[in-house]
Amino acid sequence: MSVLVYAEHDNASLKGVTLNTVAAAQQIGGDITVLVAGSGCSAVAEEAAKIDGVAKVLLADNAAYEHQLAENVADLVAEVGKGYKYILAAATTTGKNFLPRVAALLDVQMISEISAVVDANTFLRPIYAGNAIATVQSDQETNVITVRGTSFDPVAAEGGSASVENLDLAKDAGVSSFVGEELAKSDRPDLTAADVVISGGRGMQNGDNFEMLYKVADKLGAAVGASRAAVDAGFVPNDMQVGQTGKIVAPQLYVAVGISGAIQHLAGMKDSKVIVAINKDEEAPIFQVADYGLVADLFEAVPELESKL
Amino acid sequence: MKVLVAVKRVVDYNVKVRVAADNSGVDLNNVKMAMNPFCEIAVEEAVRLKEKGVATEIVAVAVGPKQAQEQIRTALALGADRGILVEAEDVQPLGVAKLLKAIVDEEKPDLVILGKQAIDGDNNQTGQMLAALAGMGQGTFASEVNVAEGSVKVTREIDGGLQTVELKLPAVVTTDLRLNEPRYASLPNIMKAKKKPLDTKAPGDFGVDVSPLVKTVKVEPPAERQAGVKVADVAELVDKLKNEAKVI
Repeated sequence: MSVLVYAEHDNASLKGVTLNTVAAAQQIGGDITVLVAGSGCSAVAEEAAKIDGVAKVLLADNAAYEHQLAENVADLVAEVGKGYKYILAAATTTGKNFLPRVAALLDVQMISEISAVVDANTFLRPIYAGNAIATVQSDQETNVITVRGTSFDPVAAEGGSASVENLDLAKDAGVSSFVGEELAKSDRPDLTAADVVISGGRGMQNGDNFEMLYKVADKLGAAVGASRAAVDAGFVPNDMQVGQTGKIVAPQLYVAVGISGAIQHLAGMKDSKVIVAINKDEEAPIFQVADYGLVADLFEAVPELESKL
Repeated sequence: MKVLVAVKRVVDYNVKVRVAADNSGVDLNNVKMAMNPFCEIAVEEAVRLKEKGVATEIVAVAVGPKQAQEQIRTALALGADRGILVEAEDVQPLGVAKLLKAIVDEEKPDLVILGKQAIDGDNNQTGQMLAALAGMGQGTFASEVNVAEGSVKVTREIDGGLQTVELKLPAVVTTDLRLNEPRYASLPNIMKAKKKPLDTKAPGDFGVDVSPLVKTVKVEPPAERQAGVKVADVAELVDKLKNEAKVI
């Protein structure tokens, strides 16, 4: 039995979520190979070779993979993946983009965003915004799976000494090209990897008021998120959205400020270890999942919180 | 230019679903059904392309039970020209993608717009799979779509921000929330929609096998999270976080 794990990276360094994906691979069992596809990304392959429990690293270094274009990457993974029983990628916007394409090319039904491995053929996955958990079973020859990173504890980044093998496989489907990107620049930790997340909702009233949350976040080393309502209202960009259709987070501490707690938001954060809710409406559903609830006007409570940290 | 738009019938966005007593799935008896919200955005985008004079015809396609006619009628009321329903229940994304591929082969659209995911299965697969089967480029999680001669530029919502790609036409686009704000259908348009053509087909008409490849063994409610305590003020909150939860 063998598992191919697709490495998530930015051509310079490996993204932490790859370690969670390898953890899921270990629970499935078998030899683990990590595929690094990108451009000028040999440093990433060296990093991947050190991951605890990885047997081999395949490096596909080619301009066609520089921006992780789904059409090119899927052709590569479908070809490389043929020899494997499992193909895993993180359920990030990269994995979600190219992996269904791989599954279709291999004529298999993909399994999206597993949250647990029951046995080698059986997995749990949330459906209906996490309001139900499905146990699914697959007897397919190849199992193509995305992994919810927050549901698996990462393996150690060091301790392995896998060999790195170069793949001379340039796949350019020729139907898509990269035009540009605007990446949010922030000194704060990544939302999905942060130990503490503080999120604002519609109660923040406008984007400028998020400054209060940034100040608290800087004291706690936290990432800042938002509910869909705050994103829809244009307070903050969509990459800050936590929820069913945004990012899934499970930090040690999640602080929800001015968020009512719609099921779509809860879907993205209810696996957090400790949840704090600050809301002036004591009937807000967020209090039903909060470990500590503070019924207060956020415009008084948040600055006070900042001063007391 | 012809645009194909896919729509799915799902449990209404506002319904709090409950797991069925026998754990076979979620209880759909007497539950309000509606068009998947991401599909509404897909229809809206197609209609806007038509209003701009870019699209000349919009075909709305659904794979689902007989009642999915309602969602196609909704798409027709919003501005689609005709509908195709492939009648089949519980088809998994690969099966849906194969049916859509067969329809793409017949209809030869220049652009196919789908929702990025349906809010029932939360799979986020069908658009990408269709693109793979049809050999097309894909612009997933779109927040902006600009059609030019022979190509389309799609701005995509990615984890770190936004990415823009250019795709050769024909291509597949899947919608994210910020692409547009869908309109409501007007009563006169709802009446007119009843007269628009709607074809009904079966998977067999396209020679597509839609038997499920992944089996759902059981469906259970998630672990309940117990509500905690209310604190009186910020000082107590900070104290609890430091000394009880030990998270700061």
